[in-house]
Amino acid sequence: MTRKRAVLTVLHRLAVLAYVAFALFPLFWLLKVSVTPTSLLYTEGIRLWPSQASLEHYKFVLTHSSFPTFFLNSTIVSASTAVIVTLVASLAGYAMSRFVFRGKYWIVSLLLLTQMFPLVMLIAPMFKMLSPLGLTNSLTGLVIVYVAFNVPFATFLMQSFFDGIPKDLEDAAMIDGATRFTAFRQIILPLTLPGIAATLGFVFTAAWSELLFALMLISGNQATTFPVGLLSFVSKFSVDFGQMMAAGVLALIPACLFFLLIQRYLVQGLTAGAVKG
Amino acid sequence: MASITIEAITKTFGTVPVLHDIDLSIGDGEFVVLVGPSGCGKSTLLRMIAGLEDITAGEIRIDGRRINEVAPKDRDIAMVFQSYALYPHMTVADNMSYSLRLRKTTKERIAEAVNSAAGKLGLDPLLARRPKALSGGQRQRVAMGRAIVRHPKAFLFDEPLSNLDARLREQMRAEIKRLHKAIGATSVYVTHDQIEAMTLADRIVAMHGGIIQQVGNPLDLYDRPANLFVAGFIGSPAMNFVEGHCRAGAIATVDGSTVAVPDGIHLAEGQAVTVGVRPEHVRIVAGPEAGSYAARVDLVEPTGFGTIVHVRLLGEDLKIYTLERGAAEVGQPLHIALDGARLHIFDRETTNRIG
Repeated sequence: MTRKRAVLTVLHRLAVLAYVAFALFPLFWLLKVSVTPTSLLYTEGIRLWPSQASLEHYKFVLTHSSFPTFFLNSTIVSASTAVIVTLVASLAGYAMSRFVFRGKYWIVSLLLLTQMFPLVMLIAPMFKMLSPLGLTNSLTGLVIVYVAFNVPFATFLMQSFFDGIPKDLEDAAMIDGATRFTAFRQIILPLTLPGIAATLGFVFTAAWSELLFALMLISGNQATTFPVGLLSFVSKFSVDFGQMMAAGVLALIPACLFFLLIQRYLVQGLTAGAVKG
Repeated sequence: MASITIEAITKTFGTVPVLHDIDLSIGDGEFVVLVGPSGCGKSTLLRMIAGLEDITAGEIRIDGRRINEVAPKDRDIAMVFQSYALYPHMTVADNMSYSLRLRKTTKERIAEAVNSAAGKLGLDPLLARRPKALSGGQRQRVAMGRAIVRHPKAFLFDEPLSNLDARLREQMRAEIKRLHKAIGATSVYVTHDQIEAMTLADRIVAMHGGIIQQVGNPLDLYDRPANLFVAGFIGSPAMNFVEGHCRAGAIATVDGSTVAVPDGIHLAEGQAVTVGVRPEHVRIVAGPEAGSYAARVDLVEPTGFGTIVHVRLLGEDLKIYTLERGAAEVGQPLHIALDGARLHIFDRETTNRIG
């Protein structure tokens, strides 16, 4: 019995290990290529680690390219999008969860409807709308577009978190002497932190890695975000893999930092959301 | 402390009527229990007093002041919820002091109030814990503590004991009663458990279908139920009902037997009535006597203290509650007498009490 259990545990660990290796290998390869000098990239064949590692690609990317600008742009766009979306979605999700109001059914339907169109279909009309407003080629325009695309889903996400918090808690707080907003702020919000962290994380990553709109709406370097910037390493006749990978590694840093920041709430949040559907 | 007056209160959810024209006045320091089956509107009425539900029509006054439009926070009432509704991210002490902190009470006053309430409820060793680390009974106590720290005008209880197991419920019931004796605050208590209602209430308000069926002290409702609903709802085991018609000065039941009409009651010939008799007022007699019935035991349910004996009689499954052990065995023939002075006669059409 115990032996069977031990064997099962080992098998289970092995399976998990295999999956982790599978998931992390591309990241490792990213790192490996980024530290491989260009001269060795094609000559050494397939090796797990180059015979000679160097940081020359990083140096180049940081000093001789526009990547610092791209990073800044991406950070600004992603962080603003995440914050704005989470703010709007929290309030909207709260209203959806707690209030009965006229037209609620139609608003929910409309939110759902927005999720049904492929993005490609919307690029042209989006451009047509933003262009006269001077919002193409600007980070503000990009934030507006991202917010618009992320709010519906984030609202549903937040609603499910609020649904998971008993209504009695607010009722109790309001009887204890709180206004509805105080009850929201002091009782409900702290309990929704996991949900908020999950939403922040989700939206941040979505905005951080968004390529299509960034590519279509931005043309000048000064407002280019990082995913678009990565494309600049692909030229007509060659791809500079070393620099591209170095930039890719650098791009992971803000995302990693962000998740490090919110991970305390995240695990709890994702499962809570999962259970609630 | 305060009086609560409810005047012509009506409530509809959309087009669904929930409460019809409720009138009730609750005196200062009184313990009133709203009792009724689920869906009778008792919780809605309580939530309207608390300000958590809008009032469709009518008026609620606390101490003579109209509070229809007053926000819950300004009504100065405390409420204990069935789910306890403790704030999960706060310690017991913080839970209890939340209302005082919102009112910007000084730290010393808060500590004093929390300690005094914790002392009353035996919560001292738990003050630093979170609700998650408490048992059901302890959570219940914290919910009560949260209500009493700020000395509100009135306490509202929304089925506070429903989530507890039977023994704990009994214990907390006594504790609530003791607490009310000590504090003397006006209390409105909602429950579907008639035992809770009987044991706790100064006055019971029996509700059914959004209408108040009867208001009175517990023994009034037990001794003189105003209609069939109250008669059937109050008392356990429930009252026996026998249907019959008035024939030649007696009540003829469906199985051809008759029940004598109690003194002082006048029935019209042919009037359809329901006779109610509590199981404890049905006697097993030694042999045939005037007005007794012969029956055979159908089922015996010992409860420890007493025994419930079921017999087939007067066209009904009649229950007898007896304190005598071994008074009956299944299949045994019995002689049964109804306690004539304790019969309840109801008009079958209106369901109201005739006498």
